[in-house]
Amino acid sequence: MTKLDAKIPEGSLAEKWTKYRSSVSLVNPANKRNLEVVIVGSGLAGASAAASLAELGYKVKVFCFQDSPRRAHSIAAQGGINAAKNYQNDGDSTFRLFYDTIKGGDYRAREANVHRLAEVSSNIIDQCVAQGVPFAREYGGLLSNRSFGGTQVQRTFYAAGQTGQQLLLGAYSALQRQVGMGNVELFTRHEMLDVVVVDGKARGIIARDLVSGELERHFGHAVLLCTGGYGNVFYLSTNAMGSNVTAAWKAHKKGAYFANPCYTQIHPTCIPVSGDHQSKLTLMSESLRNDGRIWVPKKKDDPRKANEIPEDERDYYLERRYPAFGNLVPRDIASRAAKERCDAGYGVGTSKMAVYLDFAAAIIRYGKAEANKRNIHHASDEEIQLMGKEVVNEKYGNLFDMYKQITGEDPYELPMRIYPAVHYTMGGLWVDYNLMTTVPGLYALGEANFSDHGANRLGASALMQGLADGYFVIPYTIGAYLASEIRTPALSTDSEVFVNAEKAVKEQIDKLMNIRGTKSVDYFHKKLGLIMWDQCGMARNEAGLKMAIADIQALRKEFWSDVRIPGEANNLNPELEKAGRVADFLELGELMCKDALDRQESCGGHFREEYQTEDGEALRDDEKFAYVAAWEFKGESQFELHKEELKFENIKIAQRSYK
Amino acid sequence: MEGNLNLTLKIWRQKNAQTAGKFETYQVSGISEDMSFLEMIDVLNNRLIEEGDDPVAFDHDCREGICGMCSMYINGRPHGPNKGVTTCQLHMRSFSDGQTITIEPWRAEAFPVIKDLVVNRSAFDRIIAAGGFISVNTGNAQDANSLPIPKDDADEAFAAAACIGCGACVAACKNASAMLFTSAKISQLALLPQGQAERSKRAEAMVAQMDEEGFGACSNTGACEAECPKGISIENIARMNREYFSSVFTSK
Repeated sequence: MTKLDAKIPEGSLAEKWTKYRSSVSLVNPANKRNLEVVIVGSGLAGASAAASLAELGYKVKVFCFQDSPRRAHSIAAQGGINAAKNYQNDGDSTFRLFYDTIKGGDYRAREANVHRLAEVSSNIIDQCVAQGVPFAREYGGLLSNRSFGGTQVQRTFYAAGQTGQQLLLGAYSALQRQVGMGNVELFTRHEMLDVVVVDGKARGIIARDLVSGELERHFGHAVLLCTGGYGNVFYLSTNAMGSNVTAAWKAHKKGAYFANPCYTQIHPTCIPVSGDHQSKLTLMSESLRNDGRIWVPKKKDDPRKANEIPEDERDYYLERRYPAFGNLVPRDIASRAAKERCDAGYGVGTSKMAVYLDFAAAIIRYGKAEANKRNIHHASDEEIQLMGKEVVNEKYGNLFDMYKQITGEDPYELPMRIYPAVHYTMGGLWVDYNLMTTVPGLYALGEANFSDHGANRLGASALMQGLADGYFVIPYTIGAYLASEIRTPALSTDSEVFVNAEKAVKEQIDKLMNIRGTKSVDYFHKKLGLIMWDQCGMARNEAGLKMAIADIQALRKEFWSDVRIPGEANNLNPELEKAGRVADFLELGELMCKDALDRQESCGGHFREEYQTEDGEALRDDEKFAYVAAWEFKGESQFELHKEELKFENIKIAQRSYK
Repeated sequence: MEGNLNLTLKIWRQKNAQTAGKFETYQVSGISEDMSFLEMIDVLNNRLIEEGDDPVAFDHDCREGICGMCSMYINGRPHGPNKGVTTCQLHMRSFSDGQTITIEPWRAEAFPVIKDLVVNRSAFDRIIAAGGFISVNTGNAQDANSLPIPKDDADEAFAAAACIGCGACVAACKNASAMLFTSAKISQLALLPQGQAERSKRAEAMVAQMDEEGFGACSNTGACEAECPKGISIENIARMNREYFSSVFTSK
């Protein structure tokens, strides 16, 4: 086991980033023109990094598997983006955002990175507004804010329930501007299938043109993986269908350590599963918990409809258990609380695996406020309802429409039924302060890295991190590496190492195509998902994890002998694409279970049943586990653990309390 | 068997851009009303794979109506029969037992077919690259609240910015015009103070690119607005025309 060096700059926490920026090596403009950067993924992290690096003068290539960079799954983020602007004058500050993030992450994130994130958060909002991102505004023309879980200030900026869309389109526009100027070369419908490592440094990638099936070799002085998270290992998640771990996993097998793979976020408010046909799950934004109240009946197996259950027979269990934060406790806590109620027999709906998210009280509250505003003194109940619904529609209209579309029920009239679902992965490729992985020249940004959210991410912080990494961190930190690469000429892609890398990828594809088994890729993916959800989901224990590891190994073996991929490899073949991704999930899943087994404590989204307080809260073990678990790939089913000690010098580490 | 809908599907099959395509007919049974339209296609594809046939290729990703990737022309309408809904959010409760459903790709010269129901929409990316942005490099922005923007303007800009770039407007138009798409971006930026500096240049450049891509002229029938899953208003086209002509007539 080697000790990992996170390369955290010297100095006090608040000065580290400022000092670093003033002293990091620079690359002069003439040299930037000769330095090539390959960026994989075009979401918030990838698009913002690509635009910013191209503006600086680097030669950039961007790859995405979708038909346009604008489709990346950042587009689906709903609720908002945090920033320590303190526009509401409610006591927010850089330190408070830093503190909330560390605490929300259950003290398993790196202080220096999180503080830098909080520092640049304000710049992100400025940058996005300058790009024309239409954030929600007050009548005075200033920006509007709302609350998110795990905080007591209003620091979340938003654009209805489509904040991710608007931020991504801003970054996409900036990227397309650079494409138009010839500074970025864009490769859509391309999937990265390996990293090319030369003399220990990342020097490019092998990508497959998904339309022609041809393999391509691309050189880069540095390679940035901005490829998102791996929630689809569970099959059912709020991720897009194509979201995958392949780029990160290939990098892992080429020497990049994978950190905290067991930290997955189960989001408390998603539309419940409706049947075996289900292909994905849909999130209902956390912002709904600003106004919606979560409850279940006080009576077990209550057969009555929601509207027939009187107020005093409802259990608003989050408000009951966590009076200080109420419905706005962090996601891991809200999810476990929902599971606890459903497991205890208080669930609702046909499956009994759901709880209510109710807007009736909010509609009346807003309706009365509107009546006051409009000077209507004796408004009838109907008028109040109507005005209240108008306000709710303005705040959450698109979410309500989506709910109705999917379930066929009208959430303005009936409470929503919700249940937790896999949403985000805090784990990812291990990176140092520069966002560089353990392979020199190979970087990971956004959800693909592990660094900022510890064991649980707070709502509206993913967008913040993706854009911080791309707009404001990598443009500086990449200089630290590239300044020493100015004498490295572009390597010919006809060189042996590129040719061999391509050959290895081709062999893997041929191997998959030649199995010609009997079962579809989805068959294996669904099976893997069930194992992961049952044994490595919201609650985990030793016996279950051990069983899961054996089951996954057996399933992987079956996959490699019995999967059926129709069609050919030399044209558009979505089944072949899926097969490659599922093959990687089948390896990652095992590592996740291994990591979960190894971490004999509960923290954030990682809940080991053996380690809990008397009232069922996560019980950390800071003596033994205040470290980042970074795994090195050593061959099939073999991973070596390396530890990065987490030092908390600016925060007093404590049992998390939201009571 | 999860449900009780039995359907006949007539689906456009085309191997690639070079090969001629044709309709194939398939029967599916036991479809649940709670399935999304794409999940119904998943059922068909799984069966085709089991039977050793090539599954139907179609674009999709987020399956929650926001990425703009799904693109089927269902019974003569982009994204099917419901208003304000993408194909991935269309659910089978909108269909009845025994119904025949015809499924085609977007049809437009500027959107060549790649395979089956998958088309190439990269023309949209090039229109944005021509001018769909505000030229501000990272790191130069002033404080966000130093520029108050009237709420109504911000709301209107947001309504235009809600476009998901799916191309339903082009597919709906008998001239395969991309005016609704292009005008939505021009409008968003024209409505905001940040967009003023490049206002006329932007309109000219984006319209020129749109024409170069081979999209047709506006048919003035409003089909684009009627079929847009995000309710993008046709008023944006009027605004784009004003932007464009004022730019052309005042250019030096």
